[in-house]
Amino acid sequence: MTEVKVPAVAESITEVTLSRYLVKEGDYVELDQPICELETDKASQEIPSPVAGTVKFVAAEGSDLKVGALICTVDETAAKPAGAPAKAEEKKAEVKKEEPKKEVVKETYASGTPSPAAKKILDEGAVKTTEVKGTGVGGRITKEDAINAVRSKANLPQREAFSRNERREKMSRLRKTISERLVYSKNSTAMLTTFNEVDMSAINKIREKYGDTFKKKNEVSLGMMSFFTKAVCLALEKFPAVNASIEENEIIYHDYCDVSIAVSTPKGLVVPVIRNAESLSLAGIEKKVKELAIKGRDGLLTMEEMTGGTFTISNGGVFGSLMSTPIINPPQVAILGMHKVQDRPVVIDGQITVRPMMYVALSYDHRIIDGKESVSFLVAVKDFLENPHKMLLGADPVDLLLEV
Amino acid sequence: MKYNVVVIGSGPGGYIAAIRCAQLGMKVAIIEKYDVLGGTCTNVGCIPSKALLDSSEHYHNAEKAFEEHGITTKGLSFDFKKMVDRKNGVVKANNDGIAFLMKKNKIDTYFGTGSFVTKNKVAVTNSKGEKTEIEGEKIIIATGSKPTQLPFIKVDKKRIITSTEALTLSEVPKHLIIIGGGIIGVELGSVYKRLGSKVTVVEFLDKIVPSMDDEVGKELLRVLRKQGMEFMLSTKVTGASVKGKEVTVTAENKTGEKVELKGDYCLVAVGRVPFTEGLNLEAVGVAKDERGRIAVNDNLETNVPGIYALGDVVRGAMLAHKAEEEGVYLAEILAGQKPHIHYNLIPGVAYTWPEAASVGATEQELKQKGVAYKSGKFPFRALGRARASGDLDGFVKILASKETDEILGVHIIGARAADLIIEGVVAMEYRASAEDIARMSHPHPTYTEAFKEACLMATESRPLNM
Repeated sequence: MTEVKVPAVAESITEVTLSRYLVKEGDYVELDQPICELETDKASQEIPSPVAGTVKFVAAEGSDLKVGALICTVDETAAKPAGAPAKAEEKKAEVKKEEPKKEVVKETYASGTPSPAAKKILDEGAVKTTEVKGTGVGGRITKEDAINAVRSKANLPQREAFSRNERREKMSRLRKTISERLVYSKNSTAMLTTFNEVDMSAINKIREKYGDTFKKKNEVSLGMMSFFTKAVCLALEKFPAVNASIEENEIIYHDYCDVSIAVSTPKGLVVPVIRNAESLSLAGIEKKVKELAIKGRDGLLTMEEMTGGTFTISNGGVFGSLMSTPIINPPQVAILGMHKVQDRPVVIDGQITVRPMMYVALSYDHRIIDGKESVSFLVAVKDFLENPHKMLLGADPVDLLLEV
Repeated sequence: MKYNVVVIGSGPGGYIAAIRCAQLGMKVAIIEKYDVLGGTCTNVGCIPSKALLDSSEHYHNAEKAFEEHGITTKGLSFDFKKMVDRKNGVVKANNDGIAFLMKKNKIDTYFGTGSFVTKNKVAVTNSKGEKTEIEGEKIIIATGSKPTQLPFIKVDKKRIITSTEALTLSEVPKHLIIIGGGIIGVELGSVYKRLGSKVTVVEFLDKIVPSMDDEVGKELLRVLRKQGMEFMLSTKVTGASVKGKEVTVTAENKTGEKVELKGDYCLVAVGRVPFTEGLNLEAVGVAKDERGRIAVNDNLETNVPGIYALGDVVRGAMLAHKAEEEGVYLAEILAGQKPHIHYNLIPGVAYTWPEAASVGATEQELKQKGVAYKSGKFPFRALGRARASGDLDGFVKILASKETDEILGVHIIGARAADLIIEGVVAMEYRASAEDIARMSHPHPTYTEAFKEACLMATESRPLNM
């Protein structure tokens, strides 16, 4: 009999939630087969079986467990049942069979038959007829059903008209942590936001001109994130207070820029860190961003990758946000919000002209950052982005040459 | 010139594909070998045959049916040349219509034979021998089909003819011998029977219109025999020769006895074969299947990426409306959409009088597959509408699943069957049951009532009007 206990996930973690078992009680598991999923403040983790044998549950699904607590036991003396893998498939089939029973709609031989127009719409929306509830005669899928199904696949699960249904779900650990930290940030800082806008023409031109070469050489696309991170690092050097953090009555100034990047994952927002971003090349930043985004998506980010950070960049623009006020990620004291790039009329040299514009927002903790500093910081970021050649040397090359 | 899509062949498959491609924003060229657009359907198929069928039917009615309605005619006659001229006029109007559609949709038309140079380049050689090369990102082969030749019969196109020549004869045959009792044979046989020819159909099988339900075939055989057409079934033609104005057709009946038929024209109507001559398919390596059709996948793409084919030149029924469906389907595929075709639900029609039409499975197919089915049949003669017009022949036959009552096949022979069949297509596209149709209001008095009554028969065997 081997005991499976909650492992030490990371230094700061003392408690985890047993979010779900991945096997059934009494199942025969192979060595290293995942038995259950644990959720911590920041990530979830699958626990592999240390031996092969049959599983006996000790802790219940959904319970909070301390590090070292017993999850379940595996009886390695149990014999492997014949045709064990088939069993798992059978179970899947059973579950599938149960689902349609819940439907009250009377099934007919024609249920799920799409009309000719509905079929084309479903095929194009990559929606299977089995995923659609037909409202037509005998459960047939009408054109309207198909349109709704494709729309709802793109947005939200379909709701019945005038439904008064509600449902309650336990907040996940990650969501609970996010909520606590956001409220803490709002309550314990003197937060306010300054805005500016960036003309993205110069950066767009560089990306257009060098995008292919960059990708060929570095095997990663030249996105906007690298330019923003670089511009932010250079501006942070000029305004160290924006890169500081507060601990009790002390201000900690950092000689390095660990830039946290807000990444949206299926489970919620996570904020992995690009360490020493100030020392990385643009390619280095892009590679790191890509690596962290993929890890975030797949739930593979480690605690170390998500803690620390001296400044945060959040890009609401990917979802279409035009303007927003980001919330500081304490103990950090400032956060930059990127937004959607939009062609807008702007006045340049007395002429109205169309430029790709982005609003940028800097939320900062007024306790240690003065208005002048914060605004100047954001103007500096804007200046670097609109004049990328200045990023090379941290200032205008001609100015440096002339020592003015 | 460079195009997104180059279509070779302007029949109903080709020109519809061209129009749909153009509607979807593609730059399209269409190549036609003949001087006029429209292909077999418009020029030597559907349209001219229907024109002659309608003209001959008017004459037939005047001769045979008017009297019953109290109409007397004196010195009734017809001008065959005028009939043919009218037919030519109908064809011309359709040619012009298609030319207008090409212009309206900004499709460039090239007259000449299209042949592949590379997989993206087609050379068009016109009647003067001038060559133009055009390029297309995608090429669609829509070259259609031509009448099948029998190896032991030489078609001289004067006395021994195909359907093409049968539509442009200068005289009404005295005795037209037709080899083949398929749809083309019985349609053209009907034309000349009505105009006074003696018509003898020689068919190898023991039935006519073999693609249709057997009961429909039997009823059609009965009615056509009643009209005076002669049929020699289970008879194998062994040869045909011409001597002056006389054609001699030799055959063997099922007992092995030799038969000899003498007439002034012999129509060979034993089907059609895919037409790919001159395309120079070898240059690009487009593969054909064992029956000489261009092999295509479900997206109508050949083994050469970027080269597509549709209509008679590929698998499936050789029907204009099948080609049209494929034209739309392919254009939408090229535009990245996901259309579909239910090949099982492409209806078939014979424009005899009475007309015959069918969609879905025939009774013999259901039997062969071992499907549990039930059948409902309702004769037109029980309808007030049929009595009023005097078109009493035929019936609607509904085949439905024994288990679910879902309609599996619809077979109609009778007045306006060609138009009635669409109710079956709609019903089957939506997988309607026989009872579903029986519970829908059908206007009275119409021929459609037979459809409803046949559904009642299939559902519960409780017709209201019989």
